[in-house]
Amino acid sequence: MKEEIIIAGFGGQGVLSMGKILAYAALMNDMEVTWMPSYGPEQRGGTANVTVIISDEEISSPIVDTYDTAVILNQQSLDKFESHIKPGGTLIYDPYGIHRSPARTDINIVKVNAMDASIELGNAKGYNMILLGALLKLKPVVSLDDVLRGLKKALPERHHHLIPANEQAILKGMSLL
Amino acid sequence: MNEDIRLMKGNEAIAHAAVRYGVDGYFGYPITPQSEVLETLEALMPWETTGMVVLQAESEISSINMVYGGAATGKAVMTSSSSPGVSLMQEGISYLAASELPALIVNVMRGGPGLGTIHPSQSDYFQATKGGGHGDYHLIVLAPSSVQEMADFVGLGFDLAFKYRTPAMILADGVVGQMMEKVVLPEQRQRRTAEEIRTQCPWALTGKTADRKRNVVTSLELDSAIMEKNNERFQRTYKEIEANEVRYQGYHLDDAEYLIVAFGSMARICLKAVEEARKAGVKIGLLRPITLWPFPYEAICKASENAKGILVAELNAGQMIEDVRLAVHDNVPVEHFGRMGGIVPNPAEVLGAFTDKFGVKFNDQTN
Amino acid sequence: MELNQIINPANRVYARPALLDDNTMHYCPGCSHGVVHKIIAEIIEEMGLQENTIGVAPVGCAVFAYNYIDVDWVEAAHGRAPALASAIQRLNPEKLVFTYQGDGDLAAIGTAETIHAANRGENIAIIFINNAIYGMTGGQMAPTTLEGQKTATTPYGRRVDLNGYPLNISNLLAQLDGTHYVTRQAVHTAATVRKAKSAIKKAFQNALAGKGTSVVEVVGTCSSGWKMTPDASNKWMEQHMFEKYPLGDLKDAGEIIPKSK
Repeated sequence: MKEEIIIAGFGGQGVLSMGKILAYAALMNDMEVTWMPSYGPEQRGGTANVTVIISDEEISSPIVDTYDTAVILNQQSLDKFESHIKPGGTLIYDPYGIHRSPARTDINIVKVNAMDASIELGNAKGYNMILLGALLKLKPVVSLDDVLRGLKKALPERHHHLIPANEQAILKGMSLL
Repeated sequence: MNEDIRLMKGNEAIAHAAVRYGVDGYFGYPITPQSEVLETLEALMPWETTGMVVLQAESEISSINMVYGGAATGKAVMTSSSSPGVSLMQEGISYLAASELPALIVNVMRGGPGLGTIHPSQSDYFQATKGGGHGDYHLIVLAPSSVQEMADFVGLGFDLAFKYRTPAMILADGVVGQMMEKVVLPEQRQRRTAEEIRTQCPWALTGKTADRKRNVVTSLELDSAIMEKNNERFQRTYKEIEANEVRYQGYHLDDAEYLIVAFGSMARICLKAVEEARKAGVKIGLLRPITLWPFPYEAICKASENAKGILVAELNAGQMIEDVRLAVHDNVPVEHFGRMGGIVPNPAEVLGAFTDKFGVKFNDQTN
Repeated sequence: MELNQIINPANRVYARPALLDDNTMHYCPGCSHGVVHKIIAEIIEEMGLQENTIGVAPVGCAVFAYNYIDVDWVEAAHGRAPALASAIQRLNPEKLVFTYQGDGDLAAIGTAETIHAANRGENIAIIFINNAIYGMTGGQMAPTTLEGQKTATTPYGRRVDLNGYPLNISNLLAQLDGTHYVTRQAVHTAATVRKAKSAIKKAFQNALAGKGTSVVEVVGTCSSGWKMTPDASNKWMEQHMFEKYPLGDLKDAGEIIPKSK
């Protein structure tokens, strides 16, 4: 098993931390993982993306050209990465902020209204976790239990009280599909 | 799950490994993409546990001179920076080499020249391996290609630096610095005691006692005859390092028709290209120098005996390729593939370069 | 009286300090460095600190200070002595760590290192020899060269419109919260030597007591660079240098002395 995932959107949408939690979940499941972020000023408002590779074998390159799964949160990222999804791969996107819908016919395109769902939940910060929930429903590369254990490992103890809210957001994301 | 396995950035791994190794002091100045080293150390507060000193200096010039001062007292001291900052350190690095002081310098390279970019590059290869500062000297240069190696090379770097009394450098890049991977940290070691430093480093400034002459750490010698002797001693050390400390890793070398030579993060990208090429029926091997100085000339020469061509892949305009050409003496065509300015290529581009340079076709090219 | 009755240990009133090597110094006749070296050697001996001292030598005329005073030394790159000393002291908190620097080293190329070490309040002593000229390289302008003073690079005298003003760095250092003691001394008379010695001793005591940074500026002469006899140099120093660089404490026990401006 090997899953090459790109998560891309604006800085501040929780792109990097969503990737991080996924990576920690893979760690809890004893899998190999690489997390390679775009870094620098783009974290402060511009586009941000992170490549997460999860595998049961040693991972050679942390940088790849084509992805099994893309989670796309803005138009620039859709324009940039739609063509880099492997045939038969999966594109998850939030229509909020996207004015040109994805056009590929050889991939599995899944629309997730995560922004609406986060408003419904009254948890704007849970936005990325809703998307993570949707991702896990479609691609169970790690289990919910792995994610919760990963959160515990990733978050400093003083933030552990936020874990139930994150779990709720993940479940919400799963329920959307 | 093994609780000792952590997930962290390469830069963070350097910081954790430094505390675990029992480093006495770290002196540094923030610069992207390596600031997490200092940030992590400040958060770890090792002065409360191992007694390690951590200090944010006013400049890279000051950082390297703090390292120089600390190293003169026999302590295990280090700094880290990225390319422009490492340029500022070159004078101090030359002094360290000339004064035969062990120390560890980490360069998490970014694209240059000048202020350049904060994105990954390998364009300081010449600076790291051919001198950098003034005078005839070498650094032991280790090139990590994973977060695990970022952690492991802290200890290896210090061990080699103290063994040969010469500064060592970890030459990383923005990819291995910023990437998170699994890492197993080394066991916590005790810092050396004052008594251990006295016996293991008789040259160190530990305070002049009646049983020895005063110790003076200096790179100055105005008597040219003595200065030449000093240089000859440095060169003997370098010869010894060249004889004993060459490190590299080979992948699929046995049946390789073509060879890639790449280091650091670029070697990871090339390894994926090798895997893809083999799926497509082309036998490519990869040789990854781990020590960039001393360079694995013999290993490359041997690995290329049956090769139709060598591709040297680097995040620069062509630097390590000069050493590869020296290794194979024009017996094998050697071509370069590089990206610059912070661009990191993907495995498909590496294979594209094989097609461009050697006319190699990959049937069923999947990547 | 026979000669051997006169030259007799019982009659000895003065001796070379035990920690000052019996080497011929490379300093020029009339130079202030030799006197300051002697003072430092005496103080380290008197305080019983030979095994506990690390000196940091500069680039400049005092580059060979390590050839004369019998303690462990490191020779710094030009201007970087305070950076070395900061690390040495932090890594070896029980040691007396001092730098010995000239005006070019401390107040030109090493200004950043000097100010930041002092501002961090490093527990070190900085001995600063200000003779308003670059001696080692042949008498060029120093940051402290006086207005109108002729040097190899100001052959018609220092002009502030071209070269800026003489830098009074000790006054500047006294303003920093990290300095505990800043004083300006001289060593051209028996009385000033005694005062300078007690100032350096105090600086060493402060460093050992962890009170922050102490700076002892010694206004000195450079007969070769100034192109004067030693005697004329002393007079010129009294007439011109002391006006710009008046002797006395600038800061003590962390308090700025009002009359020092």
